[in-house]
Amino acid sequence: MSETLLALEHVNRTFTVKGQTIKAVDDINLNIQAGEVLCLVGESGCGKTTTGKMIAGLLPTSYGSILYRGKDIATLTNKDRKEYRLGVQMVHQDPYASLNPIQTIYQTLAAPLQHHRFTRGEADTKRRVCDLLQIVDLTPPDDFLDKYPHQLSGGQRQRVSVARALTVHPKFIVADEAVSMVDVSIRISLLKMFTRLKDEMGVGVLLITHDLALAKYFAWDGRIGVMYLGRIVEIGQAREVVDHPQHPYTQVLLSAIPEADPDATRTKKRIELRSMDMPSLLQLPTGCTFHPRCPVFAGEVCERVVPPLKKGDWGSDVACHLVQSHES
Amino acid sequence: MSEPVLSVRDLSIVYKARRGQVQAVRNISFDVERGEAVALIGESGSGKTTVGLGLMHLLPGTAKVLGGNATYRRHSNGSAGPEIEVLSLKGDNLRQFRWHECAMVFQSALNALNPVLRVSEHFIDTAKAHGYLSGYRQTAALKQRSLQLLSMVRLDGERVWLSFPHELSGGMRQRVLIALALLLEPQLLILDEPTTALDILTQRNIMDVLKELRQRLGFAMLFISHDLALAAELADRVATVYAGRIIEIGDVRTIFRNPHHPYTIGLIKAVPTLRSERAALISVPGSPPDLIELPTGCKFHPRCPLSDERCRREDPELTELESGHKVACWHWPEAREVLKVYQA
Repeated sequence: MSETLLALEHVNRTFTVKGQTIKAVDDINLNIQAGEVLCLVGESGCGKTTTGKMIAGLLPTSYGSILYRGKDIATLTNKDRKEYRLGVQMVHQDPYASLNPIQTIYQTLAAPLQHHRFTRGEADTKRRVCDLLQIVDLTPPDDFLDKYPHQLSGGQRQRVSVARALTVHPKFIVADEAVSMVDVSIRISLLKMFTRLKDEMGVGVLLITHDLALAKYFAWDGRIGVMYLGRIVEIGQAREVVDHPQHPYTQVLLSAIPEADPDATRTKKRIELRSMDMPSLLQLPTGCTFHPRCPVFAGEVCERVVPPLKKGDWGSDVACHLVQSHES
Repeated sequence: MSEPVLSVRDLSIVYKARRGQVQAVRNISFDVERGEAVALIGESGSGKTTVGLGLMHLLPGTAKVLGGNATYRRHSNGSAGPEIEVLSLKGDNLRQFRWHECAMVFQSALNALNPVLRVSEHFIDTAKAHGYLSGYRQTAALKQRSLQLLSMVRLDGERVWLSFPHELSGGMRQRVLIALALLLEPQLLILDEPTTALDILTQRNIMDVLKELRQRLGFAMLFISHDLALAAELADRVATVYAGRIIEIGDVRTIFRNPHHPYTIGLIKAVPTLRSERAALISVPGSPPDLIELPTGCKFHPRCPLSDERCRREDPELTELESGHKVACWHWPEAREVLKVYQA
């Protein structure tokens, strides 16, 4: 059953800002299986959103290729391109900006159904729209059909965004910080909805987030990838990555996170960084880009050589000279 | 012995809107003791920011303070100063209260700093406006004091002194704001979402800075946040705000370990921690109430699994369960049992 749906091969993305080149994503290799749940976590500017956009086909790669069912998405035939475009959908961060304010929920959801001829006739479209609203827990659907986005709460709007993505029967959804603008009390129910889509319809999800606790909760049996300055520094089974982090950056992140538990959060062992300053993307450090801040910096090898992302006995794939030398 | 710096009693604030009155704050009462950190936690639209703005006289024109009072008292060298009625301050007295006694750090650090002024000018303008070290001869003393504050928030003072806000990162701007707020040694600091929209490592840095400064300078803090983790980390006492009212207040450990209001219980169960078991997490059903047409009785009853006829009819008052722990719920004795709270 495990079929590789998406494959990223040496994916790079650079941006030119005021004549200077910024490397946003640097040599990412990643296989995503059909129906897989994957979380990408990292701080702002680490390239997680750029990666998500490239996977969803909203941004071309600068170098390297992304394969959808084995075919490079940059050179697809028209028929295959349509299949890919429908197969991978994106749900954006801000549900206030991503829905058209002058279209009712029915219009928003009916447009893609009619355009792609998934439904025949008004009655059929309406039936399908109601089904979709039911799938995303907006019940009873009749109450929502004629509403405009401004009449809904943030959480309800985000559900409409998900329903819109589902209109075209996607195989995979890229959700970029899809719950971070939603009230804390209802985030979990949104994530549960994504989990249900996966279980019942086999829709894979890439959730991009900066919240490791949320990533662990959501991915659970899936994977978490930690990004730093455009590279994946650690990727592995979600609980493994959070409970037994190997890369020093992952360890620092986990030790820094404040938790909603007064005793745990105040007694947590902190790992101090060597430097608080995030390096500029314009002048990335040589070798391992984490070396100027790394608490276990081991000298020359870190400054000179880019550590490859390697699998070891510890389970996760880690890009760190030190972890790799300890294990071998 | 209780020595409150700030006592808020029955504060009510409404906003005028086309559909009617938005009841943003309804009869809120709480104290902030000397040197204490109190967190007001709640979701967006719960009225927590309005409390902060009301205390600083910064409400927009559509807002109206309907009633209540806030008493501030300065404590210096062990003796309490005269009481100040914060809500009725005007003119010079208000100016004296702001920044000298109570300073506010705003949510969005980029918008709170003037984009065309250098960091230095922010310090100089603030000092001038409040008559602090503002004489011609005191420029050097002011700069020295400012640089000292900037280094306390772990910034390289000399480097940021002549910077414009856009040249600084979000975390640096937030720290500039904190340093600026402390310029006149206020006794109370109101922080509105001080770490929202910052990265994890930057958040950690701001929290550490605040902890350290509080220990060193001994000011009291009132946090306004939706972030339970921030409250767990920094607060001594926590108050949960729902639909403009405090529905539970208590010591930080009591609130997190032994909450009794179904909403507080729900909020805590809805936020994943690194250790939480997947099955233990559930959302609070429904969505926050319409503040113009509030539900009858207990405002939480439409979302509450325990609600009954009485909840629909009567709004419960805050009642004290044990020293310092107060809950506004008719069903608090059985709430924990029914909602199956995992005893920690």
